[in-house]
Amino acid sequence: MTAPALSLTGVTCTFISRDDRSQRYTAVRDVTVDIAPGEFVSVVGPTGCGKSTLLNVAAGLLEPSAGAVRVFGEPLAGINARAGYMFQTEALMPWRTARANVMAGLEFRGASPADAGARADEWLKRVGLGGFGDRYPHQLSGGMRKRTALAQTLVLDPDIILMDEPFSALDIQTRQLMENEVLELWAAKRKAVLFITHDLDEAIAMSDRVVVLSAGPASHPIGEFVIDLPRPRDVAEVRITPRFIDLHKAIWDVLREEVLKGYAQQKLAA
Amino acid sequence: MWKLLRPRSATLRLWQVMVLLAIFAFWWAMTTPGFIPPFMFENDRQAAFFFGEPVKIFVRIWDWFVTDHDIYGHLWVTLLETVLAFASGTAAGLVIGMWLALSPIAAAILDPYIKALNSMPRVILAPIFAVWFGLGIASKVALGFTLVFFIVFFNVYQGVKEVSPTVLANARMLGAGRNQLLRHVYLPSATSWVFSSLHTSVGLAFVGAVVGEYLGSARGVGYLILQAEGTFDINTVMAGILVLTAFALVLDGVVGRVEAHLMRWQPRAGETEKL
Repeated sequence: MTAPALSLTGVTCTFISRDDRSQRYTAVRDVTVDIAPGEFVSVVGPTGCGKSTLLNVAAGLLEPSAGAVRVFGEPLAGINARAGYMFQTEALMPWRTARANVMAGLEFRGASPADAGARADEWLKRVGLGGFGDRYPHQLSGGMRKRTALAQTLVLDPDIILMDEPFSALDIQTRQLMENEVLELWAAKRKAVLFITHDLDEAIAMSDRVVVLSAGPASHPIGEFVIDLPRPRDVAEVRITPRFIDLHKAIWDVLREEVLKGYAQQKLAA
Repeated sequence: MWKLLRPRSATLRLWQVMVLLAIFAFWWAMTTPGFIPPFMFENDRQAAFFFGEPVKIFVRIWDWFVTDHDIYGHLWVTLLETVLAFASGTAAGLVIGMWLALSPIAAAILDPYIKALNSMPRVILAPIFAVWFGLGIASKVALGFTLVFFIVFFNVYQGVKEVSPTVLANARMLGAGRNQLLRHVYLPSATSWVFSSLHTSVGLAFVGAVVGEYLGSARGVGYLILQAEGTFDINTVMAGILVLTAFALVLDGVVGRVEAHLMRWQPRAGETEKL
């Protein structure tokens, strides 16, 4: 058996308050997730359950308090160079044009400007922004910025793609278009994907497997569902198939209680 | 007629010139001997003595630049001092601001000293600089440097601190090393803060140069003003002030140009075009 593309074993993250060392907050506790090469895995959970923390650990941006991260069998040290990360919030460099943003990663990795430029143009075309390369991020719409970010991540051809609610800020139509685009790109290249979302529909429509996290603090996986819907899928059409509805119900039964728990905790804290 | 001249964006320049002309006309009317009877001073020459006369001031400026050609040397010295102080202060502020923003321990150690140096009335250093560096341009550059440095320094420091953590994390994920982060993330992010400070520091570089000259020098526009003051030649003092103001405006305009070029990525309000 080949090593998983990404493997989190017993990952625990405890944050210590900078002002008061005795204030601790455990975001995730004892999380174990394996993602096979080419597998699309979604993590869903109630808001504030440490989903993003998990992704930052996988990216190497955050060192876990305990537990191990392995990338294709190798222990991870520092930034995960084989991963591309699509952030939830704006991450494009506002002082670079769309094209220069897509080129950035290639430049950082020492590609020649001509080569980087050619590949950036190719990717901009692929995400439907062929004529917008010379625009600055503030001159693009939210959806176009997301597509630029997608091109920026994928132009590096990462073996693992980490996505943190990348489409949560988009309107529903743009969102479905983007989801289909991502699925199409993924189907062509078959990379391992770790997809974080709070939207169960999105998770089921896109993934091979859905992992449900419990409400924070100290959230951990409480359920795992294999999504056996046939591919290729259209995220809008797949939602009305009977199998989708069954899966949705099964996962929602697990998730609902956690969502309520998370909500109650937040209300208590407020 | 009024409809054509009504204040709006197209007639902005016209109105700005008109305000200037109005100020000079008022000045002229109040100071020309015998034009209106004296109401504040005892005789009609005193207003001209204290405030100068616009026409004579312009004749003075004309003489400097055209008839006698004798201001160029002085102006060159003052501008050189200003530009050197501005450039060295900005460069040092940029480098040290970056360094301290990126090494919190060094910043924590130096914090009280930076605060102390900044709150010190630094113009007081001018005589000391004159002793250290002599009466040439070096002492003026040193004074201008101390004025410019802190403004740029604090802005760079703030600018680097306010880099978006997401943009930073993204650049790291894209494979940027330490130097690349510095060049492609921290520096561009700090530039907007730097430019807002540069407009202030151009003026302060001039202050440094002129105050330095005023306290002891043999050349420069500040020296000219000092000489004229010694003989109560208010017209020449005013002419010197006008020339300095004009050149400060020019330098500020240059900074504005560079800013518009380097900051074209920034969103501006109302970028739509009326068809």
